[in-house]
Amino acid sequence: MKKYRHEITAGFLPLLDSALLIVAKEKGFAEIEQIDLTLVRERSWATVRDRLAVGHFEVAHILAPMPIACNLGLTAPAPRMIVPMALGLGGNAITVSGNLWWKMVDSGATADLDARSTGDALRKVITQRAGDRLRFGVVHPYSAHNYELRYWLAASGIDPESEVEIVTLPPADMGNALKDGTIDGYCAGEPWNTFGVLKRGGHLATVKAAIWKSSPEKVLGVNARWADSHPEALAALLRAIYHASVWCAEPGNHEELARLLSGDAYINKAAEWLRPALTGELKIGLRYKQTVKDFFVPNAKAATFPWKSHALWFYTQMVRWGQIEHTGPHQRVAGNTYRPDIYRSALKSLGIAMPAASSKVEGALGMETPVGSSGALTLGPDGFFDGNLFDPDCIDEYLSAQKQP
Amino acid sequence: MKPSSLNVLVIDENRIRASVIEDGLRDAGYVQVTIIADMNGLARKITEIDPDVIVIDLENPNRDMLESMFQISRAVKRPIAMFVDKSDEASIEAAVDAGVSAYIVDGLKQERVRPILKMAISRFNAFSRLSRELEEARGELENRKLIDRAKAVLMRTRGLSEEEAYALLRRTAMGQNRKIVEIAQSLITAASLLDPGADV
Repeated sequence: MKKYRHEITAGFLPLLDSALLIVAKEKGFAEIEQIDLTLVRERSWATVRDRLAVGHFEVAHILAPMPIACNLGLTAPAPRMIVPMALGLGGNAITVSGNLWWKMVDSGATADLDARSTGDALRKVITQRAGDRLRFGVVHPYSAHNYELRYWLAASGIDPESEVEIVTLPPADMGNALKDGTIDGYCAGEPWNTFGVLKRGGHLATVKAAIWKSSPEKVLGVNARWADSHPEALAALLRAIYHASVWCAEPGNHEELARLLSGDAYINKAAEWLRPALTGELKIGLRYKQTVKDFFVPNAKAATFPWKSHALWFYTQMVRWGQIEHTGPHQRVAGNTYRPDIYRSALKSLGIAMPAASSKVEGALGMETPVGSSGALTLGPDGFFDGNLFDPDCIDEYLSAQKQP
Repeated sequence: MKPSSLNVLVIDENRIRASVIEDGLRDAGYVQVTIIADMNGLARKITEIDPDVIVIDLENPNRDMLESMFQISRAVKRPIAMFVDKSDEASIEAAVDAGVSAYIVDGLKQERVRPILKMAISRFNAFSRLSRELEEARGELENRKLIDRAKAVLMRTRGLSEEEAYALLRRTAMGQNRKIVEIAQSLITAASLLDPGADV
C-alpha cells in the first residue's frame, strides 16, 4: 500500500514568503493530509512558470500578478493557471542607497518608513537633480514589487516612465548593484532588504505595508489542467498550507522558523537576515530600527484568501503601465484567475472563519475591523497611502482617474 | 538573410556547455555566434550584441531580466518576441525538459529558429548525459577505493589473501542481499570504531 494518497511537486524561490510551503512540508502538515510534498528551488520566476507549464511542477510559490499575466497571454509559454490561495500579505520594502537616503533626508525624509513623506522627499531630490535618471530595481515586470514601486512613485508626483528608470534584476543581485551604483534603490522581498541594509549600506525608504496595507504578494500558482483532474489533492494541499500559515503566525515559532528557512535546501542564508521580517522589527538603517506590526502577515486578516479584488487591482496596474489593453474579456480573464470558490470548499471542513465576499473595496477599511457573525475574523486596515479607494466594480473609473497626471 | 546570417547569442554560466552549443551552431553553419558566460553588465552586453536569437539555460537567474528587456523593447525600440512558437507545446516541453529556453526577435520566421532550438535541446541533453556519466564514473572510482580499503582490513586482521578477502566480501553481500560497496563501507566503519588508531 502506498503511504501517501497524493504526490505534489512545488517550485519555489528562496525568499521569506516561501515559508508557508516549506512549513507545510517540514512541520508535517502535508503528511497529515496524505501528501508527499516535494519542494524544488529555482532561480527565476520565468523558470518557475515554464516548469509549471510543462507539468514538472503541479503548484508553485509565485508572484501574485504572474498567473494573471500568463492567462492574459503576456508570457510564453502561457500555461492556464489558477490561484486558489495566497501565501500571505506584505513582506516587501523599498531600499535606497545610503547616498540617495541622505539626499532624501536633506529634503525632509525621516526614518519612519512613512510612504508619503519619503515619497515627497524623493520627488524633491529628483526635481533638483541634474544628469542621469535615478534607477530602481524590481524583480520582474509582472510583480507586486513593480506595481507598488510605481504606485508609490506616481502618487508622490514622480512619473515612473520618464523621471526614473526601472530595471529588472534577480533579488540576490540587488544589494551589490546598489553598492556599486548600478541602481539607486530597489523594491524586493526579504531577506534582500535586510541584506541591503546590513551588508551593502542601504536604507529602507518605505515598506509594502505602508504603501498598500494588507496587500497581496506571493500566491500559490496552480497548473489549471492538473487542478481540474486532481481536485482532492489540491484541496488537501490548501488545508496543509492553511495549517502551516497558522504555525508561521505564532510568535513562539518565529525562532524555529528563521532557523528552518535558513537551511541549505531552502533560503540558505543567515537566520539573522530572516528574523526581522518575521518579527516586524526591521533594521531600516545600520543605526535605526522600526517595528512594523503587519510587515509580513502569514495568516491573520484572511492572509491566505485569494481576493478577486487583488487580482483586479493587479490587472488595472498592467493596463496603467501599458502592459495590456483594457477590454471586458481581459478583465474577466484576470478576475477569474483567482479562485476563492476553491479556497472556500477546500477549507470548509476546518470550520474556520472565512470572508463572506470574494471581492472588497480596497482601502475601505481604515482600521482593523471584525467581519462575519462569529467575529473570529478581522480584516484591514487595507488602505493605499494616498487615501484612494479601489472599487473592483468601478474599474473604468479607476483607470481613467489614474491616467490623470 | 541566409540562415547562417542570424546573430545568435548563447548565455550560459557553464562555459563548457556554452562551447558545446557554440560548436553545434558553427557546425550547422551559423557563423555569428556569441557566448556570454559572465553575467556582469548582461543587459548592456545584449544591447551591444543585438542578437536575433538568444539561447539561455533555465537555471540562469537573469531570465527575468531578459524577459523584461524584451518588454521594454516592445514599447520603445524594436519589437521582440519571447520563446519559441507559443502554440508549439512539444518543443516547449522538450526545451524545458532539457533545461534550455530560447528567445527570438519578433517577425523572425519560426522555421528559421526551430533548428537552432532543436540543436540546443539535443546538445543540452547530451551535456547532462555526459555530466551524469562523469558523476557515475566518479562514484564508481570511489566505490572501488572503498572495496580496496575493506579488502586491506580483512587481509590484515584475518590473514586472508586479496582474492579471499574479495570473495568474503562478495559472499557476505550476496547473503545479505546488499551491494559489495555497502558491506565494504560497514566493515570500514566497524574497523575504525573498534580500532580508532588503525589506518583503514
